[in-house]
Amino acid sequence: MNLDKPKTRIVEIEPVTRVEGHGKVTIHLDDDNNVAEARLHIVEFRGFERFIRGRLLWEAPVIVQRLCGICPVSHHIAAAKAMDMIVGADVLPPTAEKMRRLMHYGQVMQSNVLHFFHLSSPDLLFGFDAPRGKRNIFNVIKEFPDLAKQGVLMRKYGQEVILHTAGKKIHGTGAIPGGINKNLSLQERDLLLQDIEQMKVWAKGAVDVAKGYTLEHLTQVEKFANFNSSHLSLVREDGALDLYHGGLRATDAAGNIIFDHVDYQDFNDYIMEEVRPWSYMKFPFIKSRGALDGWYRVGPLSRLNNVAFIDTPLANAEHKEFRALTHDKPNHMSLAYHWARMIEVLHCVEKIHELLLDPDLQGADLRVTGERREEGVGVIEAPRGSLFHHYKVDKNDQITYCNLIVSTTHNNNGMNRAVTDVAKKYLGGKKRITEGMLNHVEVAVRAYDPCLSCATHALGQMPLTVELFDADGALIHSNSQHMGQDVPSD
Amino acid sequence: MNKEINLSTLIIGYGNPGRQDDGLGPACADRIAELNLAGVTVETNYQLTVEDALELSRFQQVVFIDASLRGGKPFFLQQIEADDECPMSSHVLSPQAVVTLSRTLFSANTEAFLMGIRGYAFDHFEEALSPEAQHNLNQAFDYLASWLQSREKIHGHA
Repeated sequence: MNLDKPKTRIVEIEPVTRVEGHGKVTIHLDDDNNVAEARLHIVEFRGFERFIRGRLLWEAPVIVQRLCGICPVSHHIAAAKAMDMIVGADVLPPTAEKMRRLMHYGQVMQSNVLHFFHLSSPDLLFGFDAPRGKRNIFNVIKEFPDLAKQGVLMRKYGQEVILHTAGKKIHGTGAIPGGINKNLSLQERDLLLQDIEQMKVWAKGAVDVAKGYTLEHLTQVEKFANFNSSHLSLVREDGALDLYHGGLRATDAAGNIIFDHVDYQDFNDYIMEEVRPWSYMKFPFIKSRGALDGWYRVGPLSRLNNVAFIDTPLANAEHKEFRALTHDKPNHMSLAYHWARMIEVLHCVEKIHELLLDPDLQGADLRVTGERREEGVGVIEAPRGSLFHHYKVDKNDQITYCNLIVSTTHNNNGMNRAVTDVAKKYLGGKKRITEGMLNHVEVAVRAYDPCLSCATHALGQMPLTVELFDADGALIHSNSQHMGQDVPSD
Repeated sequence: MNKEINLSTLIIGYGNPGRQDDGLGPACADRIAELNLAGVTVETNYQLTVEDALELSRFQQVVFIDASLRGGKPFFLQQIEADDECPMSSHVLSPQAVVTLSRTLFSANTEAFLMGIRGYAFDHFEEALSPEAQHNLNQAFDYLASWLQSREKIHGHA
């Protein structure tokens, strides 16, 4: 397929209304109106990596939270883990590591809950083909008010966990290079324990909704953006799911190991990033497989494909059922992300419960240092997938280099494949693009929940650009449409 | 998860202070917090979240403060209503959507206002407001502080 051939027409559409602003999809049609390829375009801010140069190393875990209003805690912890390496804190005191884990589980729980209950549930509860006016959260509220309320209250619980571990709901300072700056008081522990059983019940219910949808609509799920890929994630030494720490494992489409238990300090020996002229985002790939075949996916689906088991009983039982669907082979269905995401919520709730009962959280040994280094990498499994932070510092403790690979970047190629797959199946050969077709593209993108513009949301911002190119690639029409709200005119 | 009620006024300033004028909302909210007005609770965040719906249901009135790319200069303050046509995502949530969630899920009857402060620079990572935005912030703060105190008198908290 040659996308540069002169007779390919390009139609740009706006299918990402519940993803977020700075994104668009271009669908490239050939002369017969067949889809040649579809591309998801994302405006990614790379300026942060320059902005942080010159700042002091201990500032990094706080400053990086400016990157993203959705996952500030993920960046906070990933930066702290990188700085642990620089201050020589190879093994944290148990209190420090467990406090960070508690914070992280609270973050993953609340983020995944938001995605499922308030972003994806309308698609699953009302169906892809339902009109846009019906397929939204407000109709979920009307028809499934208990589910909608559970989503809010679970989010709030996750935020409470973050508050009591990070010190603040936003811009927390809990994780510091080499450890943590607070433990969990007994009063805070008891407060969080009050609602934990309720959270477990609701999390199990959420798994049932996602699983039920998948199994009841298996024909559609198997047909929809289901394509082979490699998968990358952290795994614990014994092969268990570990969202906070572990070695890197990559598996191919058949489930064979490509590399395993790789120390992420050496990730540059295994992962490379490719630049393509049409996208602001880089395309990472597994070095040994090359740029063409080495792309991979990350996130809940990849994690549950890669791990051997989950170390909490309820989530582990669900994981077994999840894996049984594909006979213990990798599950490549984009829509299975939702099911995997909810199993992770259940796992997070179980881990939060386990940690709250651990007396180490009341310990006083909060920080450690060791032999100073000038370079460090921190990796965690953030809600949307693996998050890499890589820094170098000089002897004055000033940051001289920063490179971040966020989950959305890891999934860049996978999302483009998902959009192309759906466009080919549902748009190919048609003379016009209907709302129903657009819904399918939108649902494919949403399964990955890409983080598109990292938290600049002024009123009246115009985040979406729709452009139309002619057969020669010349721009013939451009239109911007804001997805915010009306504001008074000047 | 019992909810308390009738705690008067909630101020939510939102935006990213690391993105220049996008920090206008939190900056204004922080200055209101320094006044320690009776009956006024101040929150800041990067952006609105669904659980804000539960929080605001505990108050008689809420004022959302955000930076604005368009609209009246130096600022505007308007009453807003629930609107179930508002777009909503895991990344974007409008004040109207929060009000809708609050009324529908938590039977809130909170009076809601939106203050937009005109900003100009949003494209870079920088923890500083542009001079023009700073000027607009000063005027917005003076107005809001005065407005809150006058409304507080009406509600009997001042």
